[in-house]
Amino acid sequence: METVTGHAMKGALEYIGLDRISGPLVVISGVKGVGFGELVEIVPSDGQSRQGRILSISEDVAVVEVFEGTSGLAQPTTRVRFLGRPFEIIVSREEVLGRIFDGLGQPLDGGPVPLRGERRNINGLPINPVARAYPQDFIQTGISAIDGMNTLVRGQKLPIFSGSGLPHNDLAAQIVRQARLLTEDEGFAVIFGAMGVRHDEAETFRRSFEESGVLKKVAMFLNLADDPTVERLITPRIALTVAEYLAFEEGMHILVILTDMTNYCEALREVATSKGEVPSRKGYPGYLYSDLASIYERAGRIIDRQGSITQIAILTMPDDDITHPIPDLTGYITEGQIVLDRSLAQRGIYPPINVLPSLSRLMSDGIGEGRTRKDHGNLASQLYAAYARARQVQRLASIIGEEDLSATDKLYHTFAREFHERFLQQGADENRTITRTLELGWELVMLLPEQELTRVKPEEIDQYGKKRTSI
Amino acid sequence: MESATQQTLVTMISGPVVKARPAHRFSMNEMVEVGDERLVGEVIDLDEDLATIQVYEDTTGLRPGAAVYAKGLPLYVELGPGLIGEIFDGVQRPLEILRGKWGDFIRRGKTGTALPRDRVWQFTPSVKHGAVVSPGEILGELPESQLITHRIMVPPGVQGTLEHIVPKGDYTLDDVIAVIRSPSDTIHELKLFHRWPVRKIRPYRERLVPSEPLITGQRVIDTFFPLARGGTAGIPGGFGTGKTVAQHQLSKWADADIIVYIGCGERGNEMTGVLVDLPKLLDPRTQHPLIERTILIANTSDMPVAAREASIYTGVTIAEYYRDMGYDVALMADSTSRWAEALREISGRLEEMPAEEGFPAYLASRLAAFYERAGQVVSLAGKKGSVTLIGAVSPPGGDFSEPVTMHTKRFVQCFWALDKELASARYFPAINYLQSYSAYISVVEPWWTEKVGSTWKTLREKTINILQEDSRLQNIVKLLGEEALPDDQKRIIEGARLIKNDFLQQSAYDPVDTYAGPEKQFLLLDVILHFIERLADVVKARIPLFRATELPVVVEIHRLKFTQRGDDPGPFMSIKERIDKEINALLHRQDT
Repeated sequence: METVTGHAMKGALEYIGLDRISGPLVVISGVKGVGFGELVEIVPSDGQSRQGRILSISEDVAVVEVFEGTSGLAQPTTRVRFLGRPFEIIVSREEVLGRIFDGLGQPLDGGPVPLRGERRNINGLPINPVARAYPQDFIQTGISAIDGMNTLVRGQKLPIFSGSGLPHNDLAAQIVRQARLLTEDEGFAVIFGAMGVRHDEAETFRRSFEESGVLKKVAMFLNLADDPTVERLITPRIALTVAEYLAFEEGMHILVILTDMTNYCEALREVATSKGEVPSRKGYPGYLYSDLASIYERAGRIIDRQGSITQIAILTMPDDDITHPIPDLTGYITEGQIVLDRSLAQRGIYPPINVLPSLSRLMSDGIGEGRTRKDHGNLASQLYAAYARARQVQRLASIIGEEDLSATDKLYHTFAREFHERFLQQGADENRTITRTLELGWELVMLLPEQELTRVKPEEIDQYGKKRTSI
Repeated sequence: MESATQQTLVTMISGPVVKARPAHRFSMNEMVEVGDERLVGEVIDLDEDLATIQVYEDTTGLRPGAAVYAKGLPLYVELGPGLIGEIFDGVQRPLEILRGKWGDFIRRGKTGTALPRDRVWQFTPSVKHGAVVSPGEILGELPESQLITHRIMVPPGVQGTLEHIVPKGDYTLDDVIAVIRSPSDTIHELKLFHRWPVRKIRPYRERLVPSEPLITGQRVIDTFFPLARGGTAGIPGGFGTGKTVAQHQLSKWADADIIVYIGCGERGNEMTGVLVDLPKLLDPRTQHPLIERTILIANTSDMPVAAREASIYTGVTIAEYYRDMGYDVALMADSTSRWAEALREISGRLEEMPAEEGFPAYLASRLAAFYERAGQVVSLAGKKGSVTLIGAVSPPGGDFSEPVTMHTKRFVQCFWALDKELASARYFPAINYLQSYSAYISVVEPWWTEKVGSTWKTLREKTINILQEDSRLQNIVKLLGEEALPDDQKRIIEGARLIKNDFLQQSAYDPVDTYAGPEKQFLLLDVILHFIERLADVVKARIPLFRATELPVVVEIHRLKFTQRGDDPGPFMSIKERIDKEINALLHRQDT
């Protein structure tokens, strides 16, 4: 191998020729003085440089993953430049917000490449657990199934588990439009990271941001469906690096939307397979959990710092299977999940949130007296208990018929219907206050006889339940 | 002097796995430092002249040719005062100190010592100059927290004549507090702390058979699937089934002297939650903040994977150290699946032949070895102490037939199976009472009947019978509806409903309900069963069952768990009387 040093960039090492090209990976031998995980620039004969990262390095052989793919690379003529630093981006408030970038952080909007700002490693650093501040500020999304039963709090990571064809994008866009986090002051922004989404999906989001007047507060990082797969591994990390800078240095409240994490995981599997790694479940690498954690854990709040990162990742469950490794491992890392349900969607219910498998782990700390209302926790628990029973009754009714249900079961049957039609169902622009959501909840539970209400306190029934029964 | 040619240098880097040569100066499991940043690692394989090192920190930027330094010791922890109330990472780096040094994010490299060297402890010796001391013997003590007296022991392996011991006074960890001359004339200078390799079980004199319950204040556990001091338990459950809340509840309310809580590959905010809660909560027995008895080990899911593998051993070694002082220690590991996955990841990078689902073939033996470190023992000092191990398991897809759950089941005596369906109805703790089991029931029974209530055993058996009968009947209900059942069977369904709602279900967030002492558990179950038994009279008198379940006293039964702490049996007795009164009135009305 021929070595040309100090050619294009100071401190960079340049080599010509590749030993092997396999999928998204290239192997270069005779390499000295480069470090694990560092950034690589690959320049084919046409001069269009691509970026890559060192996956493993031994005495003289480096394995590099090429983000833009290896298509068109020729073994003898390709030049490889080892930059001696990890993947970094330059971040500043002014040059990032209101802009659209590609999946590697290059401008797509014709604007300038960000230059003035802080240079940051896109892999970030783990937050010291003792530095974290426990998230407990309620965010009103205006969506009853979320606010009432799966409350989102500032600094939480709460993904949406969806399926192909379900309205997860509409729901995410509605959250962005309505989340009260956004209406408070100047100190908010939305970071949107797209991995392998279609052009029209990205455009829908952009238009939705524009219509709600937040576009100037949004930075979009788009790796579209026809962009290189490997690039998807970088996009969420760039988005989160920007989010961390804005949240923890500039003190802003950041909402990060990542879609679609399933495409991300598939890219990870593709690279792992090319490397010949031992696969674990469904061919995904054994470190899928740690890798996903390195993305999802970049959310939260830090003691004595102003800002916060709230993360809503969207993933489509392959074959609607919640036990598939992608939703499964995600659910183990995130602080709950909002699960969309195909049968609810088919019945025309929007948003088709199935509350039973949905969960917000931080809910109990974000609600109650002084935050939402003191009966909120018990009411939510009662709604859960009643709805779980009501779904059983619905199953029973489909076997023995509605007429043969016991008197109590008939009431549960009504409860299920009303729950779907009045509580879940709402318009894409309907923004319910938390008080309205709780009122609706009480109207529903009061359909049931009082001795069935074991989760709420008698005095709560008197105070909040009784006055509604007249409606 | 080392010549440059002898220096061990890195030859390959792949994530946390680093290879280096020459390897002749290393021994297996020796601690090493890698590169200029002195990243901490451990030798996990020696093959001819090539050493494989597992590095406990991020290796980004590390280059072939970087130097590797031998530490001469296996991976160890520092054992001494200053552990209680602290939070460490998986290789015992103190996280508070790290924050002071690096700020809010964790960087890598050397950090100084695990235990603070500048802190002063008031040591009182309990042996005299000239005494002959053996390994594990207690030399003196010092107050470590308001709750814990730290006993300074002769480290295992050291014995001889006490040539010198300091008088009562203030000392730091660096001060020599005793000098021992061994029979072979070696001089040992002892300090307030010593080092111990994490992968080596600390010796004890005798292993005892567990005989006392470890009361957790959680009704479904203590009454139905009890844990014994020195026992083992596994909590498997899919995501969202409440593993972590269950572990937190145990760490808060278990009546052990010391709690070691290992957050192994879990969420950062969960550790924060523990750190926020524990200083505020008071131990129901001592009224001191719970943090005064707790040691936290945190390797959150975004922290380096290799340190996750070590975190379990760091924790259990600390637990054994306090056991040797004569304390009952309970260790919670959340989650052992992440530890197993860390094993798998390292194994994959070593290109070992995988067994089930990519896990290495030695997964089972590693799990067994971990749970074997539990037990009630007589320590070398002759003190009775115990280590109880409670491991959470996170089965992929909630499938209990996966390797980690399956093997854990083989090695634990208590199995608390968490159930997705119960959790989605927000029925907590979501412990499935049909799938769970405990091998300690006969062990703890004498304790309960002697200390709490003579009818404990019958009460418990009756309750279980009702629940089992109920689950059989539920199959019919699913097909035909409750109305189709005769009244005596409806009574079982109603009875089981009461047991489930008013006894088994327990709110971790309610200030009263969160902890139920043994007395309360007994009294509450007694009231509920009394009502169920009286329902039989109602059925016999052919009165429709709903007339009885609508009685006002039923609401009072619902409220008991939220209003009473159980220190006074009075309110329970009066509810029993009210049950009799109201049921009798119902029967009487029917007669006339």
